[in-house]
Amino acid sequence: MMTTSHTSPLETARFGSFGGGFIPETLVQPLRELADAYLSLQADPGFLEELGELLSRFAGRPTPLCRADRLGQALGRRIYLKREDLLHGGAHKLNNTLGQALIASRMGKSRLIAETGAGQHGVATAIVGAKLGFETQIYMGEVDIERQKMNVYRMELLGAEVIPVRSGSRTLKDAINEAMRDWAGSYETTHYLLGTAAGPYPYPAMVRDLQSVIGQEARSQIMEQEGRLPDSIVACVGGGSNAMGIFAPFLSDPTRLIAVEAGGRGPGQTGRTADNGASLAFGSKGVLHGAMTKILQDPFGQILESYSVAAGLDYPGVGPQLAHLAETGRVLTRLASDAQAVRGFRYLSQAEGIIPALESAHAVGYALEEPQQLGDLCIINVSGRGDKDLHTVMEYEGC
Amino acid sequence: MRVADAFSSGPALIVYLCMGDPDIKTTIEAARRVIAAGADLLELGLPHSDPIADGPVIQAAAQRAIAAGMDTDRYFQAAGKIEGIPKVFMGYYNMVFQRGVERFAADCAASGISGLIVPDLPPEEANPLMQACKRYDLDLIFLVAPNTPQQRAEEIAAMSSGFVYLVSRSGVTGARKEVLDSTRELIARVPAVRPRAVGFGISTPDQAAQMVAAGAEGVIVGSACVDLVGQGRLDKLEELVMGMKKEMIKVAPKR
Ligand SMILES: Cc1ncc(COP(=O)(O)O)c(C=O)c1O
Repeated sequence: MMTTSHTSPLETARFGSFGGGFIPETLVQPLRELADAYLSLQADPGFLEELGELLSRFAGRPTPLCRADRLGQALGRRIYLKREDLLHGGAHKLNNTLGQALIASRMGKSRLIAETGAGQHGVATAIVGAKLGFETQIYMGEVDIERQKMNVYRMELLGAEVIPVRSGSRTLKDAINEAMRDWAGSYETTHYLLGTAAGPYPYPAMVRDLQSVIGQEARSQIMEQEGRLPDSIVACVGGGSNAMGIFAPFLSDPTRLIAVEAGGRGPGQTGRTADNGASLAFGSKGVLHGAMTKILQDPFGQILESYSVAAGLDYPGVGPQLAHLAETGRVLTRLASDAQAVRGFRYLSQAEGIIPALESAHAVGYALEEPQQLGDLCIINVSGRGDKDLHTVMEYEGC
Repeated sequence: MRVADAFSSGPALIVYLCMGDPDIKTTIEAARRVIAAGADLLELGLPHSDPIADGPVIQAAAQRAIAAGMDTDRYFQAAGKIEGIPKVFMGYYNMVFQRGVERFAADCAASGISGLIVPDLPPEEANPLMQACKRYDLDLIFLVAPNTPQQRAEEIAAMSSGFVYLVSRSGVTGARKEVLDSTRELIARVPAVRPRAVGFGISTPDQAAQMVAAGAEGVIVGSACVDLVGQGRLDKLEELVMGMKKEMIKVAPKR
């Protein structure tokens, strides 16, 4: 059994045949120390109290579970939205960065490094770096820096340094490579703050547990408001942190868990770039960033670049626990194309007065396509807000 | 030819080349010259899109090689054409896993490769490949780093075969000016149950000699050679290898 709450111990590095630690020897010891620190802090009342206080007074938890009446009416069922868009920073990412930064400070580290693609995780890391007083450096692909200038400026404003990554495809996957390389030489003073439930042990379990506050709140909120568990929960998947965060407390319930991947432009491939970010749907088993998981790759094992209109879903891998849960059938994997996501983006804006992140809009777009899959009572995880995406959507629609 | 043969007549100089950078012809020619210049073992790198243990020089070489069409099939064809000293495969686990450990080991054996170094495969994850290596009589070479705890270092030295790879410092591959004291400490604390070869950051004859003087049975040079091949300076490459070998022999313990 995998752990389902953020206070239960990390029992294993593996999820079925996925996960593990495919990492250079230099990183074996730093990862062990991190796992040990996390395991002991999980049961440390002082740590939990400090984290809880930051989550509520600084980040704004609990986030509401809000009934979406007009959307529900249109789909002929009751739909609730878990409002991570209202968390400080504008996305669920802060749940993870606050937790890891506190662990890092208990471990005596003075510097944080992180990767970022769209910039959301970079911003969430810069926020905790400022709040808790770390030197903070964010690796970001040159291509992404060009695409996400506002977030680069936000990170710098928050006191972080953004380091351009010029290797490989100069996008998120290369930023992760670069952060791991940095950490292999800097672990004595530095914590690597990975942004999703992927990578080597203990990250997939630790990030899931730190994000599972989303699901714990949603569970008690739906019980309070509806007096029963939901029939389904829908979440988008990049690396899997918002999905695992909301799914984890429901794993042993009958609730249907639906993970929506970026269908992008379709199932094909253009040059060395997949036309999607759907490693569960179109990927195959392999090792990326230290874990055995599902990845987009060529027949020889070279990693492909991914594609999605939502920068936060533009990743050629996925967390190993989701790969496992998809394989066993506990989690259903579905796709939303660019067009369906943009439809969800507009729909939620107009029907509910909430502009979702383009990532979260994939979950909404999917719900619009297959409402019969949702049962009578459904929660959609709105993992972030869409202000950052206005420019992208305007461009997409040719404005 | 066995990996152990490289260590049979004094300190071994191990040279890393990135297969297919900038093309196969050049790698084969570079290998010929390196062998003529006195190298004892070749590490033939299979380029990977995401080489997390490598610094900028080898990253760039891998990228050039992939862009020029290098893949696993071509790698084994080219490896089969390099002869004269023992050869080992160096590459990332996903490339091995995609081919299947069994088929990968068979292809190594068929192309005259006698051992494998997989820098992102710690012993905990190595069992399937280790079993396949046993079936094809291949050495599987593990790495020990400066931050590897003592008991683990001893276990890795014991389970490694052919030699054990001592990572001279934390961080990634790439030339460094200083040979750190931590490298000397590492040589001193890893038991010589089999040859110990030091790599990561060694780029000059003087550094190579210091490693041998500190007790290493072998020295691995990568980025410095890859850099010269990248610049098209095969003459300089030959010179570097000759110079390293010469300085290593000078300080080698008398047998
Ligand atoms: C708002 C939002 N949702 C979802 C994601 C995808 O990440 P994950 O799958 O880890 O939740 C991102 C990533 O940047 C994001 O910013």
